Amino acid sequence: MKNTKDKKLKLPKMEGFISALICIVCGILVGFVILLLLAAFTPSIPVGEALSGLGIILGGPFASGSGADVMTAIGTMFFEATPLIMTGLSVALAFKNGLFNIGAPGQYLMGTAASIITALSIPTGGSAFAGFIVWIAAILAGTVAGVIWGMIPGFFKAFLGVNEVIVCIMTNWIAANLVSWIFKGSRYLNVASGHTAYTLKTSVNGVAAPKLGLDKIFPGSNIDISIFIAIAMAVVLYIVINRTTFGYELKACGSNRDAAKYAGMNVKRNIMLSMMISGGLAAMGASFFYLNGNIEFAWETYSSLPDTGFNGIPVALLAGSDPIGVVFSSVFLRYLGKGGYNLAGYTGFNEYVSDLIVAVIIYFAGFANFIRSYFPEVGAFFRRIIAGKGKKDADTAETLTAKGGENR
Amino acid sequence: MTFLIQQTFICTIPLLIVAMAGMFAERSGIINIALDGIMIFGSFGGALTVYAFIKSGLFTESPQLIYVIAMIVSAIAGALFSLLLSFSAIKLKADQTIAGTAVNMLAPALVLFVIKIFFMQDKLVMPTLPGGKTLNFAILNTELPEFLQAFFSRAYISTYIVLGLYIALSVFLYKTKTGLRLRACGEHPQAADSVGVSVSAMRYLGTTISGALGGLGGFIYITTSAGGTAAGSVAGMGFLAIAIMIFGNWKPVGIALGSFLFGLLRCIGSAYASIDINGDGVFLLQEIGLPMYFYNIIPYAAVLIVLMFTAGKSRAPKAEGIPYDKGMR
Repeated sequence: MKNTKDKKLKLPKMEGFISALICIVCGILVGFVILLLLAAFTPSIPVGEALSGLGIILGGPFASGSGADVMTAIGTMFFEATPLIMTGLSVALAFKNGLFNIGAPGQYLMGTAASIITALSIPTGGSAFAGFIVWIAAILAGTVAGVIWGMIPGFFKAFLGVNEVIVCIMTNWIAANLVSWIFKGSRYLNVASGHTAYTLKTSVNGVAAPKLGLDKIFPGSNIDISIFIAIAMAVVLYIVINRTTFGYELKACGSNRDAAKYAGMNVKRNIMLSMMISGGLAAMGASFFYLNGNIEFAWETYSSLPDTGFNGIPVALLAGSDPIGVVFSSVFLRYLGKGGYNLAGYTGFNEYVSDLIVAVIIYFAGFANFIRSYFPEVGAFFRRIIAGKGKKDADTAETLTAKGGENR
Repeated sequence: MTFLIQQTFICTIPLLIVAMAGMFAERSGIINIALDGIMIFGSFGGALTVYAFIKSGLFTESPQLIYVIAMIVSAIAGALFSLLLSFSAIKLKADQTIAGTAVNMLAPALVLFVIKIFFMQDKLVMPTLPGGKTLNFAILNTELPEFLQAFFSRAYISTYIVLGLYIALSVFLYKTKTGLRLRACGEHPQAADSVGVSVSAMRYLGTTISGALGGLGGFIYITTSAGGTAAGSVAGMGFLAIAIMIFGNWKPVGIALGSFLFGLLRCIGSAYASIDINGDGVFLLQEIGLPMYFYNIIPYAAVLIVLMFTAGKSRAPKAEGIPYDKGMR
C-alpha cells in the first residue's frame, strides 16, 4: 500500500525532469540555429565556427583550456552559483505561496550592505577565531536585513491587500539608493588604493569565509564553504516545504487562499512569513558572496539593480520551484555562463549567446505543461510500435492514454 | 519653472505610454510582465532605423520625419516581439509569468548579441545629425515667451504623439464595441465567448497593442532620457510602468495621474540641484544639503505611502493570467 503511494508521488517529478530536459535540448537547438544563421551571414565568421562554438558553450568550464584553467573555471562556476542558489530559493519559496518575489534584488542589496558593514565594523584584532565569529555575525546581520526588507511587501500584501509586485519594485529602488547613501563617503570604501568606487574587501579585517582547502583543489578561484551551506539550505527548505505543517500551509495558501482560510489557516501570517523567509534567503546569498574575503562591492548601485537578484527568477522557474532543483538549475546557468564567456574568447561570437539559450530554455519551460500533456500520447505511440499494432496492445495503450489524461 | 515642466514631460511620457501598454494586455486577460524586454527590443529597432537613415544621409534635412519613422518602426518591432508572449500564452496556454520572464531575458541577450557582432561594442549610440540639428523637438521657435517654450520649442514631438495616442486609446477602450469586447475577455472570457466574441483574437489584439506601445515607449525613453543609446537595458522602466499601472488601478485616468505624480517627483530627484522655482537665483533644494539619494527615494516612497491609504480600492481584471479554457465554461 505504502509503495504504490510513493510511486504516485514520484511520477510527476519524473515528468517534470523529462520536460525540463526537453526544454534544455530545444533551447540549445535554437541557440545553434542562431549561431549558424549568423555565421552564414557574417563574412568574418566561417560557418564551421557555429559547430565549434556550440561545442564550447556546451563544454562550459571544461572548455577553458588547460587542466589548471578548467579547475579554476569550475571553482568560479560554483562560487558564482552560490548566491544564485539563494536568490533562486528565495523566489521559489515565494512561488510556493503564490507570491512573485521580484524584490530579490533589493533584499540582496540590503543583505550586501548589512554584511559588509558588520564584517568591517567589529574589530577582530587579527585573530582567526574572532574573524570566524564575525563572519557568522555578518551573515546573520545580512540575513536579518533581508528579512526586514522582505517584510515590507509581505505586510502590504497581507494586511493591505496591495499587489506584492508593485511593492517589491518600489522597495528594490529604495534599497538601491539607500545602499549608495549608506556607503557614500563612509570609512568602508577602498580610499587608500584609490579604488573609491568599491568597498574594502572584508579580508582586510580578517573576515573571510573558510576555504576548506577548496582553493587548493580549484586554484585561482574564490570558491569557499558557502556553496555547501547554500546546498544545505536547499535541503532544509525542501524538508520544510514537503514534510512540515508550515510547508503544507504555505502550499495550501499558494494554491487557494480562500480554501486555506476556510480550513482555518492563518493566511496573513503565512504571507508575512514566506516573504520574510524569502527576503532572508536572498540576502543570505549576498552575504555568502561578499563575505568571501576577496570580493569588492561596487557601492554606487542607485541606477541599476544586481542581476543576481533577478536571475533568481529564471533559476526558480527552470527548477519548477523545487528547492533541490534550484541547486541544479543555478549551477547549470553558471555552467552555460562559463561556456558563453569562453565562446567570446575563442570565436567571433560573443558571450550573450549563453543568455540567449537560457532565455529560450525558460521560454519553452513556460509551456512545459503543454509538452507534458503529450507524454501519454507519445508513450502510447511507442507502445503501439513495439507491439506491432496488435489490437490488444493498442487497446491497453488507449486505456493508458486515458489514464494519463486523468493524471494531468 | 520652464525647466521643471520640460523635465517632467521627459520623465512622465515614457511611463505613461508603457503603463498604457501594460493596461491593454491586462485588460484583455494577459499579464504582460515582458514590458521591459519589449521596450528594449523596440528601442533597438528605433535606434537602428535612425542609425540607418543618418548613415545613408536620407531625409537628414527633416530630422523629425526620421524620428517619426523610427517611432513607427519601434512600435512594429515591439508588436512583433510581443507575439512571442501572446503565442505561448494564448495558443499554448503557457504560464504568463514564465513566458514574460523569458521574453525579458531574451530581449537584452538578442539585442546585445547583435550589437556586439555588427558594431563591435556593447551599445549602439545613435549618431548625431550634421549641423547639430536635434531629432525630435516639436516646433522650433525661440521667439515664444519662456513659459510657452516648455510646451513647444523645447517639448519633444513624441510628447504630443503620446498624448494623442493616450486619448485615442482611452476612447477606443471605453467607447467602442471592440474595446468593450476586449475588456470583457479580461473580466469574464467565458461570458464573452458565449456571445460569440473570439477570446483569443481579443487577447492577441490586446497584447499586440501592448507590444506596440511598449516598443514605442522604449524608443522614446532612450532618445529622451538615455542619450540615444540602445544598450540592452531600459533601467527597469518596464517594471516601473507595471507598478504605475497597478497604482493607477488598471484605468487610463489613474495611470495618467500616477505617471504624472511619479514623473514629477522623479524629475525633482534627478534635477533637484538646478531647480529654481521662483527664479531668484537660489537653488533651494541644493542648499538644504541632502544627498541626491534622498530625492531619488522620494518617488518610490511616495507610491508606497499613497498605496497605504488607497489600498483595498484596487481591483485587477478578474481573468488576468488565466489561460482561457473553453471547457471551463
